[in-house]
Amino acid sequence: MFTINPFAVLSETIPSIFLQSFVVVMIGLIILGTVMDIIHKKNVKYFFNNAKKAKKSATRELGTGERVSIIAKTVVYDIGTTSELGAGKRRVAHLLGMYGTILFWVASVVMIFFYASSSSTTPSLWPILWHAGAIMTVLGGAWFWFFLRLDVYSEAQPWYRIIQADLFVLALIATSLFGLIWSYLQSLNLDGRWDDKVFLVFYIVSNLVLFGGVYWSKFAHMFYKPGAAIQKNLAEADGSRDNLPPEADAPEQFGMGIKREAPKHY
Amino acid sequence: MSTFVYMTRCDGCGHCVDICPSDIMHIDETIRRAKNIEPNFCWECYSCVKACPNHAIDVRGYADFAPMGHSVRVRREEEKGTISWRIKFRNGTEKNFVSPITTKPWGKFIPKLAEGDKPNQGEINSQILYNEPEGLNTNKELPKVEKSAFKKGVYY
Repeated sequence: MFTINPFAVLSETIPSIFLQSFVVVMIGLIILGTVMDIIHKKNVKYFFNNAKKAKKSATRELGTGERVSIIAKTVVYDIGTTSELGAGKRRVAHLLGMYGTILFWVASVVMIFFYASSSSTTPSLWPILWHAGAIMTVLGGAWFWFFLRLDVYSEAQPWYRIIQADLFVLALIATSLFGLIWSYLQSLNLDGRWDDKVFLVFYIVSNLVLFGGVYWSKFAHMFYKPGAAIQKNLAEADGSRDNLPPEADAPEQFGMGIKREAPKHY
Repeated sequence: MSTFVYMTRCDGCGHCVDICPSDIMHIDETIRRAKNIEPNFCWECYSCVKACPNHAIDVRGYADFAPMGHSVRVRREEEKGTISWRIKFRNGTEKNFVSPITTKPWGKFIPKLAEGDKPNQGEINSQILYNEPEGLNTNKELPKVEKSAFKKGVYY
């Protein structure tokens, strides 16, 4: 199962051009949903207005080199390791989900566009990455959804209460999980059975919900959060700091503060 | 004025939900970020502002210490044990303050005042409070504020 390209097997019944068209439509849905989200929430307008305001209250001008180095550092440290979540379970679950999703999507695109024909041989690396990415996404997403959701964890809401904010994570888990089950059933070569077809339909529907629901879900936070992190670090460097006070310069006279307890009182 | 959350900075960690004494900081059902669900009930205690690790919560200060159009922001640095405040007035004037985090673990560091020396009359009459300046960790005389540093435009 782990070394078999499920799309190559599928291409024996469905022409690969359909699979490729499906991927293009999904990318189109992401773009459309994000643009609608930007227009409706006006968050990009807010973001640029904020950047302009920050520039006015900047105490020093940043050179291009410095700017590039800050952006690179933010991409590697803040975005690549999701450092703003601090050290803890939320960050590990988020990293599992994030890198799992990236692997799952990249491997899907590569396998569908380059190896989705019965004549081509897929290097075993791509199916392994696809399955590993799906497993990581399911683990990270389920860990988050069952144990780390704030409305459940901090507000004592029951775990089975589903809200709109769950649309993204549930669709993500469903896509990866149904993809894995479909791939497994398909690898069993159950001729004449309907099992794998049913899960293929579930996989397609969950993909449609995930990518078609960008406007209603938290999908676009994947694009906004990196932008906000870059702006935050640029504002720290140019002295505007979003009006925050500078870092304390004489802390030694105060001694160590205590680490407050993590919120877990409910 | 009540608190509000910068959605671009909030990561939905729930520290403000946990600390709010009025139980009005909640998680938004659409974007799972913190929000003040009932601004009228905000005590303006600044607990959430100080608890937020991402400096995502802001609150407009009282009009009696800064007229409208100002900004009051807080930076908590637990590793240094400090809380820094910055008040930026609408005319651009800035005031920066740094204070120690004085929170102590529950049940520890109980001052045993009965075992200490009784203050003499001179100490009672003094402007210096009990355990000052040692308790401030400064080992310096208390700073004196000159009249010239008082609020501009106010004459005594």
